[in-house]
Order: sequence, then structure tokens, then C-alpha cells
Amino acid sequence: MTEPALLSVEDVSVDLPTPRGNLRAVDHVDLTIGAGRTLGIVGESGCGKTMLSRAILQLLPKKAKLSGRVRFDGQDLVGLNAERLRKLRGRSLAVVFQDPMTSLNPVLTIGTQLIETLQEHLELDGLAAKKRSVELLAAVGIPAPEQRLTQYPHQLSGGMRQRVAIAIALSCEPKLLIADEPTTALDVTIQAQILDLLAREQRRRHMAMIIITHDLGVVAGRTDEVAVMYAGRVVERAPTPALFKKMHMPYTQALLAAIPKIDAAPHTPLPAISGRPPDPTRPVQGCSFSPRCRYAGAQCYREKPLLTAAESSAHQYACFHPIQLAGGVIA
Amino acid sequence: MATLELSLNEDVAVTPVRRVRRLGPLFWAAVTWTVFILAAAAFAGVLPLPSPTDMDMLERRMPMSGLHWLGTDGLGRDELARLIHGARISLTVGLCAPVIGVTIGGALGMLAGYFRGRFESLVVGSMDVLLAFPPLILALAVTAYLGQSLFNLTCILGVLGIPAFMRVARAATLTLARREFVIAAEALGATHARILLRELLPNVFLPLLAFFLLGVAVTIVVEGALSFLGLGVPPPISSWGSMIGEGRESLEVAPRLAFIPAITMFLTVLSFNLVGDTLRALTDPRQGAL
Repeated sequence: MTEPALLSVEDVSVDLPTPRGNLRAVDHVDLTIGAGRTLGIVGESGCGKTMLSRAILQLLPKKAKLSGRVRFDGQDLVGLNAERLRKLRGRSLAVVFQDPMTSLNPVLTIGTQLIETLQEHLELDGLAAKKRSVELLAAVGIPAPEQRLTQYPHQLSGGMRQRVAIAIALSCEPKLLIADEPTTALDVTIQAQILDLLAREQRRRHMAMIIITHDLGVVAGRTDEVAVMYAGRVVERAPTPALFKKMHMPYTQALLAAIPKIDAAPHTPLPAISGRPPDPTRPVQGCSFSPRCRYAGAQCYREKPLLTAAESSAHQYACFHPIQLAGGVIA
Repeated sequence: MATLELSLNEDVAVTPVRRVRRLGPLFWAAVTWTVFILAAAAFAGVLPLPSPTDMDMLERRMPMSGLHWLGTDGLGRDELARLIHGARISLTVGLCAPVIGVTIGGALGMLAGYFRGRFESLVVGSMDVLLAFPPLILALAVTAYLGQSLFNLTCILGVLGIPAFMRVARAATLTLARREFVIAAEALGATHARILLRELLPNVFLPLLAFFLLGVAVTIVVEGALSFLGLGVPPPISSWGSMIGEGRESLEVAPRLAFIPAITMFLTVLSFNLVGDTLRALTDPRQGAL
């Protein structure tokens, strides 16, 4: 990436105090994303994906402790005063949440929610805001947008609601959109539509996008770069084509193998990753994937592998025993 | 992709139909009674009624007649006039006191539920103190120091209602503040004030409104109880509670003197509850959701 990064996450860690001790949700993560680019963050439940996105937005729970730096558009968001941060959110940084059932206010109409966001940030008058809301709803593929304005979220289907949530997120032309599992709560058929919609709007608006998901299939065709997270750390990071051509980290490979294949013979056992992710309140000595890794050796249990570059500097992985085989063929 | 969008257009583009609900005769009866009582109380001064305080010792406890539609009380005062003038007092206290409670209690509860932390502990702690304080003693103490008046009575009942409203508002806010739409609003750059007023208040408003109407009913009854005990408005001003209290003395000779204000109070409270419940069910956009 030659262009200056729009967002760079530098050495960010998030600690959450819990009754069972300190929980390190995000562990020394470094990421960058350029303007107009798409980054996929992949990992299983509880690996710190959502906490990382909250850390970028500075929307962590009050008790959480954040260290490191989050540089967005030339300024450090960590410790930025509340007023400037508030101006940035919504205007330049927007989010689409996982569950459209809960991310829209149940007692306000779609119109109210859209129009108020527009008026708040763009200082439009009521009529202009309404006109723009209709345009936005039409842009995200909602039929009869003018009638939708007077409806409440519960009167729409899940897919429709997610479209509305995307319309609200896009309303102020953000420079960066964070989509936190945008399709997890939706039907499989709707998932593709929503992802296509996001990709189309991203190209049209030339905004950067971070797609957070547990599904490697979601990021495969739609991102420029992928970061795989495990137990709060980035364990592999590469441009998407390079990653799918040749993955080095056994975890990435296992994650890909766990996706059911439509062309597999009936009754083929689905390869699952045995064991569970480590308890984040008890840090593992050595590589955090080692208890579940079939390639693990003595060194893996002793020291933590660092992110190191493979053949190209863009492809990084954290493993002592990287898989050297060509990707795609999984034992 | 485009074809998918198009095929979607046809079946979803149907204009949404508004569900029409039947309200039922009970609701209309309740509305009629409420309007009737409110109108009678509002126009008590211009209605062709005898004075509610003029005594006629020769016509004590007269039965219903053309001159005195509901008869006269133990001191020969017109019962209907006292009932209607009493409605003014009972309804003023019954409506104003919960307004004090819902405003202060609702605001404190929402702030406590949203900001949590020390402020919440302080609010909940002080409300517990207020709850633990015997209400009758407080009423006695205030009336002893500041005197019996409509204003003092309203204030006492209003303050006594604050903890309950605070708890309702806080409980609703606590569950709502964890919901994703609040984080979504914050992620869109909303201020705390905006989140509280535009995102949370419309959600908290419905349970508060339902509780407010219940509060009106309870306050009317409590005002009656206080007046019955002689802590309400000073005589000769009538209120429903004081009328029941005075009627008690002639319960064997003229039971209607206690029963007529009691039935009026019962019907009014019932009507408020019925109207409140129906309105809440009608305006709640979440019906059918979840």
C-alpha cells in the first residue's frame, strides 16, 4: 500500500476487568487500511473482533482499558476530546451492527431515525433531509421508500432493517464504514444481497470498509486484505488473493476447512477445530493456538510467535511451523 | 444482483395497511365518564348549583329531591354541589401530584439508569430513604409546619410518588441502555442529552405513562384517605375523601352520604385506568414485535 493509511491501529490492546480477573480482549494488534480499501477481520466468536471495532470507534465499555494508538485521518482517536470524537463519529466513521432487530430504535419510525441523523450532521432543513432519506433508502434497495419512512422497525423484515441500518450509516458519506458481522443475523439468501449492496455502495462512495466476520467465505471475494484473529491477536495478515493461494497459519487453514462445501459428497464429516479457544482471563504461555494445533512443537508451547513476513512483506503470519503447502488443498 | 432487487420490488411494495382496532363500549363509557367529571369540575363555578358551603340546619340529611338532586348532608349542605366542587380538589391533587412524581422521578431514574456509577447509588439510596420514611408521618409533619392547603397536599403526594416513578424509569432505562441501538446512536455521534431525550425517552415514556395513570388513580384514593383522616384540605372545602369521612358519622341514617362520593371516586379511578390501558395499547408501536 503506497497511499497514506486512512486508519492505522498501532499496538492496540484492550483489557476488561472481570470478576475472574483481567481479560485481555485485544492483544497488541497492528492494522492499517487505506482510503477506499476493504479489510476483512476474521476469527471465531470471542476472539476480540468486536472489541477491536469498538476500540477503533472509542466505544468500549467504561471499565475497559485501551492502550496503543488509533490514528484516523491524521489524528489519534485515543484520548481525543469527546466533542471532536462525536463530530467524527457518524460523519467520517460509521458502523453497521450485527443484529438489525436491536440496532434500530423500536419506537421511532425509520424516517425519524434517518432524518434526525441527517439533520444532526449535515445541518439540512426538514424537507431536504426527508428528500435525502428517500434517496438513501432507494439507494440501499428499499422499495416504496417514501412509505417506509412512516413505518416502525418491527414492520420490516430482517433484511430490510439491515438495509435501513446501512442507509443510516451511509447517510453522512463516511470515509470509513465498519460492518460488524453485518450478515450474521440474516438469512443466507439475504446475506449475499447485503454484502453486494455494501460492496456497491463502497465503490460508489470510495469509502474504506472493515468487514468483521467469522466466515472466511464472506471476505474471500470482497476484501483487499484479510487479518485473521485468534485469542485477541492477529495471527495472519495478507492481501486476500495471497492468503487464499497460500495460507501459512494452521489456524487460518483450519478455519477454511471448517466451512461446509457444497460439492462435498454426502455424509462427509465436517472438519471441526478440536478444543476451545483459550480462556482469555488466563493467558497461554507460548502460541495461544498451540493446544489445538496439530503442528505444534515444543517451541510453540514456550514462546509466542511474532508476526513475521513471508515471501512478500504484505503477507505476515505468526507461526513457528507455517504450512508451506499450496493453499486450497486441505488434508 | 439487480434481478434480485427487482423481484423483491413487486411483493414488498404494497402499501402497509393500518390495523383498525375496535375500542369497545367499555372504553367509550369510561371516556364519557372521565370527560363528564372533568367538565363538571372545570365548570363548577358557572353551573347553576347551590353553594357547597351554605348550611341549612332545618334541612339536614334531606333525601333526594328536585331542589337538592342528591339530597343534603349532615349540615344541610347540597350534596351534588359538594360532590362537584370536591371533584375539583380531588382531580387537581390526583393529576398534579403524579405530574410532580413523573417529572422528577422519571428524570432521576433515566439519568441513574443511563449514567450508572456513583450518581445512581446516590439517587437509589436517597429514594430508599424516602421510601422507608412513613408517608403518614411526613404528611402530618408538613401539614403541621406549613398548614393544610391544596398546594401543600399536592406537594406531599407528589414527593411521595417520586421513588416509584424513579424505579420504573430506571428499570426501563437499564435494560434499554444495553441495547444496540443506543451504541448505534453513540456511534453516529449522538450526545448524551440526545440519546436520553430522543432514543431512550420515547421508549421509557410508555411504561411511565401507564404508571402515571395508575398513579392518578392511587393519588385520588390516597388524597381521599388523607382527607378522611383530616389531613387533607381544611373544611369547609369539600373533597371526595372528606365527604366520605363526614358521611361516616351518619352511616346508619343516611348511608348515601358516604356511598355517593365513594362510588364517584371508584368510577373515576376505574375510568382513568381503562382509558389509560387502552391508549397505551393503541399507541405502543411495539405491539406484535418480538
